[in-house]
Amino acid sequence: MSVRIAVLALQGAFIEHEKMLSKLGIASFEIRQKKDLLHSFDGLIIPGGESSVQGKLLKELELFEPIRKLITEKVPIFGTCAGLLLLSKQIENDGRVYLATMDITAVRNAYGRQLGSFYTAESFGTMGKIPMTFIRAPYIKDVSDSVVILATVNSKIVAARQGNQLVTAFHPELNDDLTVHRYFIKICGGEQLNRIID
Amino acid sequence: MSENRYELNKNLAQMLKGGVIMDVTTPEQARIAEAAGACAVMALERIPADIRAAGGVSRMSDPKMIKGIQDAVSIPVMAKCRIGHFAEAQILEAIEIDYIDESEVLSPADDKYHIDKTKFKVPFVCGAKDLGEALRRINEGAAMIRTKGEPGTGDVVQAVRHMRLMQAEIRRISSSAEDELFDIAKGLQVPYDLVQYVHENKKLPVVNFAAGGVATPADAALMMQLGAEGVFVGSGIFKSGNPEKRAAAIVKAVTNFTDAKLLAELSEDLGEAMVGINEHEIELLMAQRGE
Repeated sequence: MSVRIAVLALQGAFIEHEKMLSKLGIASFEIRQKKDLLHSFDGLIIPGGESSVQGKLLKELELFEPIRKLITEKVPIFGTCAGLLLLSKQIENDGRVYLATMDITAVRNAYGRQLGSFYTAESFGTMGKIPMTFIRAPYIKDVSDSVVILATVNSKIVAARQGNQLVTAFHPELNDDLTVHRYFIKICGGEQLNRIID
Repeated sequence: MSENRYELNKNLAQMLKGGVIMDVTTPEQARIAEAAGACAVMALERIPADIRAAGGVSRMSDPKMIKGIQDAVSIPVMAKCRIGHFAEAQILEAIEIDYIDESEVLSPADDKYHIDKTKFKVPFVCGAKDLGEALRRINEGAAMIRTKGEPGTGDVVQAVRHMRLMQAEIRRISSSAEDELFDIAKGLQVPYDLVQYVHENKKLPVVNFAAGGVATPADAALMMQLGAEGVFVGSGIFKSGNPEKRAAAIVKAVTNFTDAKLLAELSEDLGEAMVGINEHEIELLMAQRGE
C-alpha cells in the first residue's frame, strides 16, 4: 500500500514538508484551491506560516468547510505552528478561531516576537529526543482528556495528538530529523510501511 | 550560538513564503493589511511614492509610530533603516522589530559600507539587483533578499529585470563546472562557499522575494512565475482607489499565481491602480543606492 499526502499550499513553509515526505519516499501534492481536493489522499499537512493568512484564504478559496468535514470524518491531519492554531478550538490571546476541530487551547506568539524564537532538543513521545525549531511559535495551554500530550518544553505543551489530529508548535520540517513525519505517516495508515521507513 | 540565531532568522523568512508583505504608515492601515491577508507589514512614515514626491533626506521612522503598528497586528512587523546606518538598526532591534529592511528607499547613510548584520540578533532583509549583490548582502548577514525594483513607481520593469538577471546567473552557476566556480566568485566579488552553495542547490541560500513597482495581481503573478518566493507591495496598495480589495486580490494572486482564470476574476473591478511613473520619467533611481 502506498500513502499519498496532501499539503496545504496557501502560504508558508509547505515546500519544506514536501521535501521531508520525499525523503521518506512518500508521494505528496499541493492543495491551493477547491478542485485540488478531488485527488485522493491519506492525510493532510497544514504548514507553518501565518494563521491569519491561511485562515482567510481557506475561507475565500472555499476550502474551509470541505477540510473541516474531512477532519471530522477522521482523515489524518498534521498541523505545524500556524497549522496548530488553525486546528485549535480556542486561541487564548486572539478572538479568531478557524477549523476549531481539536480540543486544545493555544496561545499565539507565545514566546514573543522574532527575538523570542529558539531552537532546542526534547523528547517526542517515546521516540527519543528530536530537534525542535520554534519560530514566533505558539504553545498549548490546555487540553481535554482525550488529547495525548507528546512533547513539552519548559513544562509547556508543544506537541499533542487527538485521534486523527496531530499538532506541533515547533517546525519538524526545518530540521533533518524525520521522526515526527514518520509518526504522522503511520497515523495515515502507513503502518504497513514500517519495515521500509523505520 | 550566533550561527543558530542566523538559522532561526532564515527560518522566519521561510514562514513568510507564498505571502505578501505590505507597506503601511498607520495602525489603521496595518489592520487593513492584516485583514486583507498580509503575511507581514512594513512600518514606515511615508510610502516610497510619497518619499519620491517629497524629496529631501528620508530616515528611519519614529519608533513610537512603529510600536503603534506592532500593537495593532499579530503578524510580523518589519521596519526600514538607512543603508549603513547601524545605529538606526540598533534602535529597531531595541524595540524588538521582527525584521529590519536595510533599504535603498531611504537616503543612504554610508556610501561605502553596508551594516555588519552578523552583529545583530534580529534578521535583516536587503535589496539586490543581481546575484553578486545578493550574495554580498548574504555574506554580511542578510537572512532574506528581495529584488530592488524601483520603489514608489508602480512600474514593474526593474523588478522583472533584477529577478530575471538573478535567475539567469543562478542557472549559469548551476551549470558551470566545479573548477570554474573560483573565477565566478572572483567576478562576482563574493566568497567561494556562497557560489558553491548556489551551484549545488540552484537557488540562493536564503528566501528571495520580489519588490519595487508591484501594483496589480498580474504584476504579483508575473514575479512569482519568474521565481520570486513572495512579494513586497509598497505604494501599490494604499496609493490605489480601493486598498482593501486590491490587497486581498494580490494575496490570492500570489497563492494561485499560475491559474489565469482565477487571476482574471481577481483583476476585475479593483478600482484605480496607483498612477505610476515610467522608468524614463524617473529622476531618482533608488535601486542604484548601495551596490
